[in-house]
Amino acid sequence: MFDVLDIASRNLLRYRRRSLLTLLLIVIGMVAVLLFVAVAGSFKSMMVGQITDSVLGHLQVHRKGYVASIDNLPLNLNMKPGMVARVEEGLKQSPAVENWSPRVKFGGMFSNFAETTSIRVNGIDPAREAATTPLLPGRMLDGDKAGPLVGKGQIVIPMLLARGMKTRVGDTVVVVATNRDGSVNGKTFVVRGILESVTGPGGRDGYIHIDDARELLRMTEAEVSEIAVRLKDFSRLDQVDAQLKQSLGSLANKEGKPVIEVHTWADLSPFANLARMIDLMTLFIKIVLVSIVLVSVMNVMIMAVFERIREIGTIAAIGTSPSRILLLFLSEGLMLGIVGTVAGIVLSLAAIFGINLWQPTFNFGMQQNLVMAPTIAAGDVLTIAALVVLVAVIASLQPAWKASRMDPITALRHV
Amino acid sequence: MTMSLLRAENLTKTYRVGDIDVPAIKGVDFAIEPASFVAFVGPSGSGKSTLLNMIGCLDHPTSGTLRVLDVDIATLDRRAAARFRGEHIGFVFQDFNLIPVLTVFENIEYPLRMVQKWPTEKRRAQVLRLLDAVGMADQANKRPDQISGGQKQRVAVARALVSQPKLVLADEPTANLDHDTAYRILELMKKMRDDFETTFVFSTHDPKIMGAAEVTFTLEDGRLQDGGHHV
Ligand SMILES: Nc1ncnc2c1ncn2[C@@H]1O[C@H](COP(=O)(O)OP(=O)(O)O)[C@@H](O)[C@H]1O
Ligand SMILES: [Mg+2]
Repeated sequence: MFDVLDIASRNLLRYRRRSLLTLLLIVIGMVAVLLFVAVAGSFKSMMVGQITDSVLGHLQVHRKGYVASIDNLPLNLNMKPGMVARVEEGLKQSPAVENWSPRVKFGGMFSNFAETTSIRVNGIDPAREAATTPLLPGRMLDGDKAGPLVGKGQIVIPMLLARGMKTRVGDTVVVVATNRDGSVNGKTFVVRGILESVTGPGGRDGYIHIDDARELLRMTEAEVSEIAVRLKDFSRLDQVDAQLKQSLGSLANKEGKPVIEVHTWADLSPFANLARMIDLMTLFIKIVLVSIVLVSVMNVMIMAVFERIREIGTIAAIGTSPSRILLLFLSEGLMLGIVGTVAGIVLSLAAIFGINLWQPTFNFGMQQNLVMAPTIAAGDVLTIAALVVLVAVIASLQPAWKASRMDPITALRHV
Repeated sequence: MTMSLLRAENLTKTYRVGDIDVPAIKGVDFAIEPASFVAFVGPSGSGKSTLLNMIGCLDHPTSGTLRVLDVDIATLDRRAAARFRGEHIGFVFQDFNLIPVLTVFENIEYPLRMVQKWPTEKRRAQVLRLLDAVGMADQANKRPDQISGGQKQRVAVARALVSQPKLVLADEPTANLDHDTAYRILELMKKMRDDFETTFVFSTHDPKIMGAAEVTFTLEDGRLQDGGHHV
C-alpha cells in the first residue's frame, strides 16, 4: 500500500542522515522559540503583574491634566465628588471592570520626632484597595499581613523610609502636609506595617486611610486624586481602555470640555518599554526560526529534486501528471515540517516542564527570588507549529514546481 | 484502408542547437498494425530514440504527421500528452528505471495507483497476474536493488503492461543486459504480445537482437532504408 505521502516518507528515509540533519535544525529552532516565548512571556507577565497588582492597577482614571504633573501630586487637580460619582457610574456600567479604588494622593513630611523626611502618601479605602491591587498586602514585610490594610490613625510606610528613619511597627509618627490653600496641618499615626519597595512609580509610597488623608488636607468635600481600576480579564486591557476612554472621556464640565483622562499601566510605567522590547525580541526570534526552516528545507528539497531527476523523468514519461509530481515533493517538505514541529513541541514542553520542576529564581528590581515559572499558551504553540509547517511547504514549492515542469526526455537522459 | 495503430507521413524532426539545425529524422513514412512486434534498428545516432520519443508522445514532430491510435500527437499539449501516455502507452527503458523506494509489487502497481485510479481489489489482482506472467511472483516484496538486471527488466515489462495499454515502447531495452538475458527479455515481450495482444515497438543497435522482431525498420541517418521488412 502506498500513496503520495507514503512515497514521500520513504524518500525522506532513503536519505536518512540528511533528513535527520534538516529535522534537527527545525527542532532546535522550534525549541529555541518556544522556550524563549515561555520564559520571556512568563517573565513579562510576572513583571507586569507585579506592577499592576501591587501598585498601579490595570488602568487609572484622573482629572484631565493630572498625569502630566503627577510627580508633584497636585492637589488642585483632584476630582470633585460630583465628578467622582459620574466616573464611578461609568465604571459600574462596564462589565469588564472588576473593581476600583479611589485614592487621595499627596506629598508631605514624615517625622519620627527626631528626624524629618519627605513622603508620598496614598489615602485609600483599605478593602477596595486590596481588591484592586491584590498583591499589595503581600508586600507587607513587617506588621500583620492579615486584617485591613490600614485603619484610621494608622500608616503603612515603605521599607526604605523605615530603615532610613529607624522606624518600627507600633511607633508613633507625624505626617505634615500643606493643603491646597497653603495652610499646614499635621496628624499623628501609628506605624501599622512596613512595605517591601517595588521598582517603578508609586513603589515607595506610604498608605493611610482615605478619611485621614482628607482630614489632614482639610478637604471640605470627598475629593479623589485618582481611581485605580482592576479588570476581570487583563488580556482585554486595550479594548477596555478604548471603551473607557470613550465613555469617561466624554464626561464634560459646564463649558463642555472633557474633564477625565484614562491611562493604562503601560502609559504610567517605564517598564512598559521593557515589555515591548520582549515582544520585539520574540518577533525577531520567530523571524530567525522562519529563516532557518526556509533555508534548510529549501536546501534539502533542491538536493532531493536534483538527485532524482531521472526518477522524475521516469514517472513523468509513464504518465504521472505534473500536479501529482508537484504534490510528491511538496509532501516531503510537509512531512519534514510536521515531524520537526512535533518533535520540537515535545522537546520544548519537556524543557518547560523541567524548568518548572527546577524552579530557578530571578530578581526584578528590588524584588528578589521571584520564581521563574515559564508557561506557554496552547494558542502560541499551535501558531508557531502552523507557521513552521507552512514555511516548510513554501520552501519546497520552488523545487517541487521545477520537478513538475521537467521535460521527461531531458530528465531521462540526465546522468 | 485498415486503421493502423501507428501511422507516420513524411515525419521529420530537427533539433536546434544554438544556431545550428540538427536534422535527426528526415522524412519517414511507416505504418504499424495492432498486435505486431516491431523493431527499429540502426547504428547509434541514426534517430531511433528521436523516433520512439515522438511515438511515445514525449516530443513533437517538426513537420509531417504522426498518428498514434488515430490521434495526431502534434495536437497534444503537456498535460494531455501525459494523460495519453498514462492511458495508452507503456514504457520500458534501457536502464530499467524502477522506483528505488518501492518494492517489485509496488513498482508494477504504480501506474494503476498514481496514474490511473483502479480500485484496490482489481488492482491487486492485476498486479498479481502480471507478476506471475513475468515470472517474478516470488520476488514481489524485494526492492529493485535486491534483484538482478534481467529481473528488473521483467518488472519493467510488467509495469509497462499493467494498465493494459495498446502499445509498449522500449528504447534499447536490452542494451544493459548480457546476450542470454536480452534474448529472454525479448521472448518474454513476445509472449506478452501473444497473451495481451499489445503492440511492442523496440529499438536496438544490436543485429543479433533484431532477429527477434517480426517487423524491422532499418534507420540510417534519419531515413528508413526500406518500407518495413517483414521477417
Ligand atoms: N536533444 C538533442 N539535441 C540535439 N541533437 C540531438 C538531440 N537528441 C538527439 N540528437 C541528435 O539527433 C541524432 C539522432 O539521435 P538519436 O535519436 O539519439 O539516435 P539513436 O537513438 O539512434 O542513437 C543524433 O545526431 C543526435 O546527436
Ligand atoms: Mg538512442
